[in-house]
Amino acid sequence: MKNRDKNISAMSTPAIAEGGKTGDWRDMRPVVDQKKCIPSVKGKAACYLCWLYCPEGVVKAAIPVKIDLDYCKGCGICAEECPAQAITMIKEVDDNG
Amino acid sequence: MDNVQIMTGNTAAAIAAKLCNIQVVAAYPITPQTSLTETLSQFIESGELKAEYVRVESEHSALTVCISASTVGARVFTSTSSHGLLYMHEQLHWAAGSRLPIVMCCVNRGVGAPWSIFNDQQDSVAQRDTGWIQIYCRDNQEILDSVIQAYRIAEEVYAPVMVCYDGFVLSHTMMPVSIPDQKAVNSFLPPYKPHTVLSVENPYNINPVIFPWLRENAEGIICDGYMEMRYKLQKALDCAREVIVAAGKKYAKIIGRNYEEMLWHYKTDDAEIILTGMGSIATEATAAVDQLRKEGVKAGVAGIRVFRPFPVNDVRKAFSKAQTIIVLEKDISYGYEGALCSDIKAALYGTGINVPVHNFIAGLGGRDVKVREIFEAVQQSLQEIAAGKESNKTIWLNCRK
Repeated sequence: MKNRDKNISAMSTPAIAEGGKTGDWRDMRPVVDQKKCIPSVKGKAACYLCWLYCPEGVVKAAIPVKIDLDYCKGCGICAEECPAQAITMIKEVDDNG
Repeated sequence: MDNVQIMTGNTAAAIAAKLCNIQVVAAYPITPQTSLTETLSQFIESGELKAEYVRVESEHSALTVCISASTVGARVFTSTSSHGLLYMHEQLHWAAGSRLPIVMCCVNRGVGAPWSIFNDQQDSVAQRDTGWIQIYCRDNQEILDSVIQAYRIAEEVYAPVMVCYDGFVLSHTMMPVSIPDQKAVNSFLPPYKPHTVLSVENPYNINPVIFPWLRENAEGIICDGYMEMRYKLQKALDCAREVIVAAGKKYAKIIGRNYEEMLWHYKTDDAEIILTGMGSIATEATAAVDQLRKEGVKAGVAGIRVFRPFPVNDVRKAFSKAQTIIVLEKDISYGYEGALCSDIKAALYGTGINVPVHNFIAGLGGRDVKVREIFEAVQQSLQEIAAGKESNKTIWLNCRK
């Protein structure tokens, strides 16, 4: 049995996962084609428009670019903004993706 | 020695708030509350009361400032009337839902349309379901005593308290009021310990969006859903009765005036006809009872001091021997009857107490309620009941039809 919150009014702390893993809200998932993604192709830190535009901050500006699917809500902004069209949105098949 | 001074109800409320060492006041002037906030602002301006007076542009903001100040651990006070209270309506829910022990005086006034600056209790009765404890005062002494007790109750229950008293009838009427010693008030009222303090060192998001279901937070603790939060508030108000009674007893011990009951009683020991009401109208009823007794009618008054939490068991006890109940009230739930009357009937349901209940709607928008009118209306009701006419009835007192 997990501990129950003893607070008498509603509150949350500024922490990752405070609201639970919200990636299960997602209907579409972003898939990165590393053969097209500019940092992967050039082998150096470049572009990162997906990282810049992601409203959830779940894109890691690394080589290769990584998207944290625990929290990505599948808005598709990264796919829309990618100048190399390296990101495709594909439909989630099961409930949790 | 008692320090008795002649003062208005509004002055009594301001002195009580000062005695409670309030730290923040945010209020917006509205008739008939104005002289209360003016008096407090004078206390602060003169340095007599070390508190912050936050000037705001509306009642909505006034209560919002109180909510914020209470959240960071300050003892706060506000007051309003009528349209001001209605303008606060949303924040009333926020204060109760955040479980903040804010104390507010509602100086009861009728609600428009049409405009009225005069007294009735439609304003506070309309806020019955916001999660606030509501206390109604009979006279200016009760105003002072109730404000002081309100802080103790609020800070123990973690629910806001509305101290309601009739505009002009009490707010602007001079009466002798005994002012307790500051040391006595300090020993009655321990310092405010907030249930949570919002601070830079310990950052919280207060009142985030709550989903219908339970939520596991980052530390793996199961946090309440919306319904659990509501249930906790309901439980708190259910348990508030004991806190209110205990505070009343402690007040009697330290300050010397007794408030250990949710209801007050006047000549009810042998009463067959029991009149009831909240605030000054119930005081008026005591004078009518004296006249009725001269006519051989065994009447008494059981006055409702606390309206929320509703004192169900106390009401059942108070009316257990009544043969007729008369509910006098300065409010109306349009399309039905007075709100207090409904609550009293509901409390008696299933108890075997099944006596005629006549509901007098009186004094709306400041219409004078005279002792003789209550006296005559009760006699009229008793005749009708004796003649086997309608046992339950709503009667608009002194209203041209």
